[in-house]
Amino acid sequence: MASRQTPHHISQQFDNELNDLRSNVLAMGGLVEDHLEKVLDALANSDSELAEYVATNDYRVNALQVEIDEECTGILLRRQPAAGDLRLVLAVSKTITDLERIGDEVEKVGRLALELTTVESPKAYYVGILAMGNHVKRMLHDVLDAFARMDSQAAFQVAKQDPEIDAQNNAIMRQLITYMMEDPRSISQVLNAVLAVRAFERVGDHADNIGEYIIYFVEGKDVRHTSLEEMDKEFKFSAKEK
Amino acid sequence: MSKIINASSKEIDSIDNSNSPVGNDSDLAVSNTVSLTVSNLNLFYDTKQALNSINMTIPKKMVTAFIGPSGCGKSTLLRCFNRMNDLIDGVRIEGSIFLHDEDIYARDVDVANLRRRIGMVFQKPNPFPKSIYENVAYGLRIQRVNNRRTLDRAVERSLRAAALWDEVKDRLQESALSLSGGQQQRLVIARAIAIEPEVLLLDEPASALDPISTLKIEELIYELKRDYTIVIVTHNMQQATRVSDFAAFMYLGNLIEFDDTKKIFTNPAQKQTEDYITGRYG
Repeated sequence: MASRQTPHHISQQFDNELNDLRSNVLAMGGLVEDHLEKVLDALANSDSELAEYVATNDYRVNALQVEIDEECTGILLRRQPAAGDLRLVLAVSKTITDLERIGDEVEKVGRLALELTTVESPKAYYVGILAMGNHVKRMLHDVLDAFARMDSQAAFQVAKQDPEIDAQNNAIMRQLITYMMEDPRSISQVLNAVLAVRAFERVGDHADNIGEYIIYFVEGKDVRHTSLEEMDKEFKFSAKEK
Repeated sequence: MSKIINASSKEIDSIDNSNSPVGNDSDLAVSNTVSLTVSNLNLFYDTKQALNSINMTIPKKMVTAFIGPSGCGKSTLLRCFNRMNDLIDGVRIEGSIFLHDEDIYARDVDVANLRRRIGMVFQKPNPFPKSIYENVAYGLRIQRVNNRRTLDRAVERSLRAAALWDEVKDRLQESALSLSGGQQQRLVIARAIAIEPEVLLLDEPASALDPISTLKIEELIYELKRDYTIVIVTHNMQQATRVSDFAAFMYLGNLIEFDDTKKIFTNPAQKQTEDYITGRYG
């Protein structure tokens, strides 16, 4: 079962509550994705206005997290959900925590971008940051897409990208270190770049976590702290791809 | 009764049919011993079949809950365990139920003795119109135990076990009917355990009680499983999750799924089970 089709509850109201919950998570995800896109634009175009926007608008993400969390509490209280419904509420509650953290990381990059865009500096290391940023943006997009369809197969594809992100992170870090060694005057500036890369790497980790919650919801098994190979062996994702 | 199985209770696990819907036999194996074994049980009310080849093993000193919509056969199956269905005209039973290694439907079984070993408590408390004391002592008196001291001890022990002693110890001679509904139900449980059965069958024991009395009954079930094997039929799924170790979902006379309660309520293997416990159209 790669994705879940849920037939109607006898209680129409319960269906509505779960549907609202899912669409609110997607709205929150959309907002975070939008901020991530804006911060990448800000970096690429040295657009300090856009960077400023991202650095000061994380409160919207936080407000959504609180709102969705309250919805989860309400559903647990009123419905005492079981099986798939229970797993959905738990998955949502965890997903929004990771989305909020992604929001924090993006906000951080927004603040760094403000500094990176004000100083005239060699833009060579931007290439690495942007490549990393774009990669995790795709990951976030894919995992939200997997969430919308509750598709564990697609979630696994996202989880599979995490090692690539880690490798990319290491490569960029090495590159940034050489910049600092070549020109010590650039150190403070390059350190900002290091922090931005680090933030993007964390975004990738959080997207990976959300993928795990989707797998938990669909397959009914907690796959946190499980290797990709073990996951694949248990749910045969690769086999289903072919 | 159609099939004679001679096996120690440990071996019964392996005899359990491979087509049994038990999802996880290892959990049953961990429980080490099996109290009741149902093999290919069919039950007919005249021509209407109410149970379709049920296979299951009820683990010893654990709580097993039967859930399912009205008319699914859960109470019918429960009543099979102490042959209460014998009292209904036109009932025909095929297959076998073993209590440990004894076939309870064998010809030479003394049904009164069986019901002493497998006690039952119903939805509505049914105390006798006698004193509290005599209600609990009733089963022993039938067994011709009349020694006052033995009876006193048994009554106190049973009322304590049913968590009722502190509430009634000063008025044991008052009528049982003066007790509240929740107290009456605990009294009936005390009466059932006074004769030290091996298995307690509870048919919706708390559905006529208020929430506080319900919690007391649930707490009692939790205590009682130390000494007894408990099988409970309940319509309240939250109750099933709270009190049971294993849960069986039945539908239209079939045992659809039988597994660890946590598994049934977080990740059931059968779609029918999921649709029922999450309140969906099947």
